Amino acid sequence: MSSTARELIPPESREPEGAPGRTGRAKGGRVRRLSGRDKLVLSLMVGIPTLIELTLVWLPMLMSVGLSFTRWNGLDLGDIRPAGLDNYQFISQDYPPFWPAVQHNMLWLLFLALIATPLGLLLAVLLDQNIRGSKIYQSIFFAPVMLSLALIGIIWQLFYQRDNGLLNFLLGTAGTPQAVDWFGDSSVNIWAAMIAATWRHAGYVMLLYLAGLKGVDPSLKEAAAIDGANGYQTFFRVVFPAMRPINIVIVVITIIESLRAFDVVYVINRGTNGLEMLSALVIQNLVGEGQVIGVGSALAVVLLVISLVPIVFYLSRTFGKENKA
Amino acid sequence: MSSPATSTARAGRKATAPAPRSGSRPKRHYGTHIFLTVMAVMWLIPLGWSVFTALRPVASTNEHGYFSLAGAFNFDNFIQAWTQGGFATYFWNSVIITVPAVLVTLFLASLMAFAVSRVNWKFNITLLIMFTAGNLLPPQVLAAPLFEMAKHFEVPYSFSDSGNMLNTYIIVIAVNTAFQMGFCTFVLSNYMKALSADLTEAALVDGAGIWRQYREIILPLCRPAFAALGTLQVIFIYNDYFWPLLFIQSGNRLPITTAINNLQGQFLNNYNLLAAGAVITVIPTLVIYLLLQRQFVAGLTLGSSKG
Repeated sequence: MSSTARELIPPESREPEGAPGRTGRAKGGRVRRLSGRDKLVLSLMVGIPTLIELTLVWLPMLMSVGLSFTRWNGLDLGDIRPAGLDNYQFISQDYPPFWPAVQHNMLWLLFLALIATPLGLLLAVLLDQNIRGSKIYQSIFFAPVMLSLALIGIIWQLFYQRDNGLLNFLLGTAGTPQAVDWFGDSSVNIWAAMIAATWRHAGYVMLLYLAGLKGVDPSLKEAAAIDGANGYQTFFRVVFPAMRPINIVIVVITIIESLRAFDVVYVINRGTNGLEMLSALVIQNLVGEGQVIGVGSALAVVLLVISLVPIVFYLSRTFGKENKA
Repeated sequence: MSSPATSTARAGRKATAPAPRSGSRPKRHYGTHIFLTVMAVMWLIPLGWSVFTALRPVASTNEHGYFSLAGAFNFDNFIQAWTQGGFATYFWNSVIITVPAVLVTLFLASLMAFAVSRVNWKFNITLLIMFTAGNLLPPQVLAAPLFEMAKHFEVPYSFSDSGNMLNTYIIVIAVNTAFQMGFCTFVLSNYMKALSADLTEAALVDGAGIWRQYREIILPLCRPAFAALGTLQVIFIYNDYFWPLLFIQSGNRLPITTAINNLQGQFLNNYNLLAAGAVITVIPTLVIYLLLQRQFVAGLTLGSSKG
């Protein structure tokens, strides 16, 4: 980091308004060399976290891409053989769980985007009206956000079981042949799992929108009311567009959560039998007896490429402004 | 919403504001209350059912069935899970992983955030983007190479009984740190940017070096951000299921969140004991939630206040 350290300059004033009584101070672009000790301190401050980030996040990411073009059983480093596009050809043509997994990831995204996220928004809007007991409702809806998705899988397993689960009892099917094993039956388990995920996601979205709604200038609502807008018009034409920064965060969180849907399906049945997910397939190819690292990496790259869409969108929104400023 | 500090302040002000309109339109609120109550009851059912099952001994459920109020209610399942189910060990494992990971993450993120937000130099935005992007990736993308890196990183057997970094707490802590550092750096750098530049300018005039500016001026001012982020990170890392699953092979070294999955097999159809295990796992997060709810909520919204 020694070459970059030379370019370090002390903080220039970022605030447009200068402190009174300190006239004669040049604003911006003032370059003063740092002392040798400061350069060393700054190099370490930047260097240590960057080194960790590069070794444990960025290097593995690039290695995933590299390994996806090879054949390897994960044992001896000398056994890595180039394989060209074979792994990609294999997963798209000869690997039965691949396309179901892509469909399930899409379905998961649609479910979160069309049901869980709007539900969270609805709860936030209702709770933002200062109704009585708002804090209690908020605490209840928010409680599942504190739980891990793995634990949510277990808790819902107790609720969904075939013979002793509460849901079958409430439906009157417990103990009868009509009882449904909600997490075991491959025709319904994806829906059961998505409902369990909604339990957590809606509370999270509610919380973010509650913060967003409180940030909306009340005079906007008043102005809309004076102009004769009803409640729905005020919300959809004025309040919702005013929460644009939060909306972007919610869109990104929803997409990323649907790509990360791993814990809950892995707890239920390791992502098999109706619950295939790209992230779970990556791990199945990694830890199984076969240890086909190349195939697992190809799946990881597919997941990576899809993830880059929301990530790049978010980063360009967040840092684009800053670069211009 | 440009600075986290103002957004939380605004949220606090609004929460204490009176409700002038709540009395004027009571009709609409009846419907709202009915809807919210139904939703709240539905929301509580899964957790309530777990607690109910956990409080009933297996003997009474065998006799009266799971859907019955008959029979005893006691804490036997909790005691059994804690002593025989290994929950005492798993819980301690969670502490060993979570505490150092959170402290190291916050320390490194604060260094990085200071360097990119308080010092103006060529690559600070690039580095910040790199850190933020890393945190947004699905962890499974990194799984294969990280697993192989750990497996082929040989260490003396006196350090690790596997002869490599697999099955050690160090690798779980390190990867959690690397993964969470991006988010913390992003949040802290926004927070530090919002602090006036004059603070460090004045110190500079007094001849204070970079380290003193960081340690004595910026760090103490970031206490609210540390409290919020610390609470959030404790929950995140305690709730982390994936990294121990990948790296830890001995069952008795697993943290509680990952270990609970093994209990499904271990407690063979003893759903009462499984429910007790689930409830025990929830308790620490619930305690933090009740004690530090404000910090946790502030932490979650800190990350989204800039978009």
